[in-house]
Amino acid sequence: MTTSEGASLVAPESAGTAASAPVVVLVGNPNVGKTSVYNQLTGERARIGNYPGITVEQRSGSLTLPEGGAVTVVDLPGTYSLSARSAEEQIALEALLGLDGLPRPKVVVVVIDAGQLSRNLYLTLQLVELGLNVVVALNMLDEVPENPPSPTALANFLGVPVVVTDGRRGAGAGELKRAIDRALAQPRVGHVAPSYSAELVRDADEVALALPAAWRDTKERDRALGFWALSSVDADDELRDIPLTLRERCAEVRARAEPRDIDRELIAARYAVIDGALERLYARVDRHPPKRASSERVDRILLHPVWGFAIFLGLMVVVFQALFSWSDPAISLIERAAAFLSERLTALLPAGIFRDLLVQGVIGGVGNVIVFLPQILLLFLMIGLLEDSGYMARVAFLMDRVLRTLGLHGRAFVPMLSGFACAVPAILATRTMERQRDRLLTMLVIPLMTCSARLPVYTLIIAALFPPSHWFGWLPVQGLLMVAMYAFAIVTTLLVALLLGRTAVKGRRVPLVLELPPYRMPSLKLTLRSMLERAQVFLKEAGTVILACTIALWALLAFPRTTVSDTTPPRAAASHVASGTTNPRPAAPPPAVEAEDRIRNSYGGRLGRAIEPVFAPLGFDWKIDVGIIGAFAAREVFISTLGLVYGVGDTDDEALPLREKLKAETLDGKPRYTPLVGLSLLVFFALSCQCMSTLAVVRRETRTWRWPAFLFAYMTTLAYAFSFVVYQGGKLLGF
Amino acid sequence: MSTPTRSLAELALADVACVEHVGGERSFRRRLMELGLVPGTRVELKAVAPLGDPLELLVRGSSLSIRRADAALVRVTPGSRSEAPAAHAVAPARLPATPVRGAP
Repeated sequence: MTTSEGASLVAPESAGTAASAPVVVLVGNPNVGKTSVYNQLTGERARIGNYPGITVEQRSGSLTLPEGGAVTVVDLPGTYSLSARSAEEQIALEALLGLDGLPRPKVVVVVIDAGQLSRNLYLTLQLVELGLNVVVALNMLDEVPENPPSPTALANFLGVPVVVTDGRRGAGAGELKRAIDRALAQPRVGHVAPSYSAELVRDADEVALALPAAWRDTKERDRALGFWALSSVDADDELRDIPLTLRERCAEVRARAEPRDIDRELIAARYAVIDGALERLYARVDRHPPKRASSERVDRILLHPVWGFAIFLGLMVVVFQALFSWSDPAISLIERAAAFLSERLTALLPAGIFRDLLVQGVIGGVGNVIVFLPQILLLFLMIGLLEDSGYMARVAFLMDRVLRTLGLHGRAFVPMLSGFACAVPAILATRTMERQRDRLLTMLVIPLMTCSARLPVYTLIIAALFPPSHWFGWLPVQGLLMVAMYAFAIVTTLLVALLLGRTAVKGRRVPLVLELPPYRMPSLKLTLRSMLERAQVFLKEAGTVILACTIALWALLAFPRTTVSDTTPPRAAASHVASGTTNPRPAAPPPAVEAEDRIRNSYGGRLGRAIEPVFAPLGFDWKIDVGIIGAFAAREVFISTLGLVYGVGDTDDEALPLREKLKAETLDGKPRYTPLVGLSLLVFFALSCQCMSTLAVVRRETRTWRWPAFLFAYMTTLAYAFSFVVYQGGKLLGF
Repeated sequence: MSTPTRSLAELALADVACVEHVGGERSFRRRLMELGLVPGTRVELKAVAPLGDPLELLVRGSSLSIRRADAALVRVTPGSRSEAPAAHAVAPARLPATPVRGAP
């Protein structure tokens, strides 16, 4: 950047940001180890945010340079080129060019993978062409020991500084910082230029004339922007900051150029200059490209049609076990600790609203949040190891064929599998996918999987409302029903994924690109770091929402406070933790009748009765409706809420008294809850999104309420429709 | 080029071919070309996933996996190995994906 501030593409750093530190952006192809270089630069001071409305995460941190200056380092999403299509590419592009009100970066660090040089150089070339102040971080050089490209030759070719880095071991970070320092002090423009044809140059210059005045600069830079606009701007580019005159000019020039293929000419010219340089970059031309022979040998087993899948299944069983069983002791411990704390506080504090709020709202709410931590930490440990070792890319390679038929990415497999344990860590795990569209679609269908919180509800309903009989004398009806619920969940998930992929999250036709990185020894340090990062983000951002919802739900069922004299408050339904199996009974159980009255008169109870007509066609009465409202805290809270409504006091998973009550409930002399009602209720729970934590996490990942609202709306509609069909259809058939 | 073209998806394992044309809508074909599949480029089918999809290609010394459906939009001339200019002294059996410069 040989130019003044006024030449910034957009919004030359406004007065508000003038005082802030200069911005250094980190850019590169996906999977080049950019994030570990970023971690090396920023140390522990990284800040993870999100770009609003989409699931793309924004990382930025501060870096103090050797000379004492401070800069803000922004880690941009991976991108293959500057002609943006996916959400992450657009973000990278806007940050690089300073579009959409972003400050133009002072230094652009492009991280390139020494083993995939030509493809990485394509992006580098585009950056250099645009006259950006580029520093190249040549990463993963250690993985091509036989014939490494020469950094000096690369620097000579591009005309910009090249620093050898090793993001995993941290080597080269100091040198990179010094290079950034030098680049800040003395901006440099690279000199590499593809030899474009005369016609192409004329086209670009013509487009350049339509550039807004604020973007104009030197002739070379204008021309480079002209090339960029020619290949990026078209009717469906979704770029936000392009003036209409520029759009029209691009369309005109392209139309006039036919039948020439401008895209091909541009790209071919760039690759021609890269190809020409490759000879000079390698010490031994006969040996490039570098072989990754040991990885290929491992792949022969791990991608084998039989052994590959056997190992894959084994590993997935381990991941699932970890979530489903290994996390259990930690979860019970948290539940026990919360219960202990509530008990102590109940004994210590005088009865009253403050105690109830503290015990049931706050402690229950905090418990509701940290109860997810064991699963989140374990899942991210697994994912970190799978990702870091290079196996996650193989999972995608193996499973893509299956998931593709649903419109999903191969990498959706691990998050989907995790959904059978709990949607919350599963949704966080969608981050392993590169494209925002894939992430969004996966996160919208994960809550349909049969998570472990649904199991106690299923158990109660099945045990209470279906006779323990056998079909054909040996097939247990109850067990069969449980299996059927899993099958039902899988089928609906698949169908919904197909449908949503074609409607709500319709993606552009972007070729799916997978890369199979060489196998590496996973770095425990990086994995632990990302585990803690995830946990922290969850606690801070999703946790607050969950806590607030818990308190709101508590209030819903605790107010208005009737004047029943009591010593023990009703156990508000809003506590996930309080419903755990390890629940100690506080003091004496409340007088059942009073508690029942209280619930009936609470806002929640009134709401339940108010919506009774709405849910009557599904076979539910107001008591079940209150249970469903309570279940919003977490599905299994349905049981404890129903326990309150029925005045059986505190109930656990066994819920024997509750089962009896449900069986005994009559209407016009006949059982109120028939197996048909049970089936309708099962279907409702399978499909509805009765889980505030899920919604809170989707909100965190998308940074908008729009997608959680959509998720809740579509699942509730689906649940209502299916339960309606089941109940009304069943009645018509005479059940 | 006397050899008839076929699609990249029709190559057999370890086949080498030369990209002739990339089809599909603009943003799609531009992306494939930006990944290195420019007409005139030599490409090798390195591996196929066990379920038949995706395909792993060797393009310009970088490996790249794309779906069969996407690969079907790329026309190639098979066996253009012999037509590649012997720019480098390359052991034929280990011939890397050296780009074929100067090809149409």
